[in-house]
Amino acid sequence: MVMLNNAEISRYSRHLILPEFGMDGQRKLKQSSVLLIGTGGLGSPLALYLAAAGVGHIGLVDFDVVDESNLQRQIIHGTSTVGVAKTESAKRRLHDLNPHIEITTYETQITAANALDLMRPYDVIVDGTDNFPTRYLTNDAAVMLGKPNVYGSIFRFEGQVTVFHPAAGGPCYRCLYPAPPPPGLVPSCAEGGVLGVLPGIIGTMQATEVIKLITGIGETLIGRLVLYDALTMRFRELKLRRNPDCPVCGDNPTITELIDYEAFCGIMPVQPKAQEEAMNVQYEITPKEVAGLLEQPNRPFILDVRNPYEAEIATLPVTDKLIPVDELHGRISELDPNVEMIVYCRSGGRSARAVDMLRAAGFTKIKNMVGGTLRWADDVDPTMAKY
Amino acid sequence: MAVTISIPTALRQYAANNASISLEADTVGNLLHGLIELHPDLGQHLFDEQGKLRSFVNVYVGDEDIRYLDGPDTPLKDGEVVSIIPAIAGGRG
Repeated sequence: MVMLNNAEISRYSRHLILPEFGMDGQRKLKQSSVLLIGTGGLGSPLALYLAAAGVGHIGLVDFDVVDESNLQRQIIHGTSTVGVAKTESAKRRLHDLNPHIEITTYETQITAANALDLMRPYDVIVDGTDNFPTRYLTNDAAVMLGKPNVYGSIFRFEGQVTVFHPAAGGPCYRCLYPAPPPPGLVPSCAEGGVLGVLPGIIGTMQATEVIKLITGIGETLIGRLVLYDALTMRFRELKLRRNPDCPVCGDNPTITELIDYEAFCGIMPVQPKAQEEAMNVQYEITPKEVAGLLEQPNRPFILDVRNPYEAEIATLPVTDKLIPVDELHGRISELDPNVEMIVYCRSGGRSARAVDMLRAAGFTKIKNMVGGTLRWADDVDPTMAKY
Repeated sequence: MAVTISIPTALRQYAANNASISLEADTVGNLLHGLIELHPDLGQHLFDEQGKLRSFVNVYVGDEDIRYLDGPDTPLKDGEVVSIIPAIAGGRG
């Protein structure tokens, strides 16, 4: 059994005097290891509280660098680490918070090829990712290794928390949601926005579950899904059951090794076929080219497919119409298929979907402004706000 | 049988921004069909082409998943709360 030195005893004294916790609980924390997948919104409070609590070894997996727009919620990072790898930025902060613990960083994307090796050395896996392929990958790998997966997820003002642990009789993520939504149907945080304190609440709840799993105190969320709504400040709890027919954790699993999660989630390979690429280029235009066209007498029609509140932040010098991409299907009749049209959004994702939809509806003189207002700010007008 | 159905944030834009809607229905299936009659845009988000509930959308009566009750035939009592809980994935970014 590991021992605590005097510096650790005074540091953790508020834990040590908790009767349920005591020296035994603190030693268990020191002996434990936790892998955090994602060092962003959820990973920030998770890493801070787990390091402060004295978890002996924390692994951090992330491939991103700190961006100014992260700091509204990713409180482990700071203005001084903008541009630094998130794993490195987090490691610096955690070392300052608690020099008694070990931090291992993995500046990489978790994939089907490395997931099992990344997770194997750790006792508890924590899912703080932001996309469906990685969530299914994290789930499947944790189930295959028999490790608990502390799950948290957020969207705008709502969060979900639970613990998936089939090895302890509980359900897994696939028991809850057998298959993901097709790409584009559910907006990401970058598209949909998120209240900055929300990941603080959900991530801190995940950290609480990690500490309970390690020390064995209390009652964990295995088999229960907690829903949180910040707007109404309501917590609700739903029952989760292990599905005996689950392809991963069921009685007769059909998925026994990691699969291609991008394909499972309906995401096309990054390198499309040359022919398809050539087709797409025909329907694309750069912000610089758009700026040139706007100065000509017969300028094209400009369609913004963002939400009205985004147009208040930043907008092209000319916009003829705003139709949020989710309303486009029902409002196509408001557009004239016979005029040259350019569609834009914030980063080019929603406008690409809009162009696909309009092409399917017979529009041919239509182009997507690649890179959206973000690239317009970079390439055309540096005074435009980036959000 | 008046029951309340709660609409998650992600789907409110297809339901005139309502957080919850009260409807008369005796089963979960009838309730959901009543809901998409009111808000047709919700239809494609809740049901697939075969008319089956999508695999990333769960429906609960109280705190119980209808998959472990009687599915769409699950009977509803007066005043019951039905929730639509879709998969959400945000967290790292």
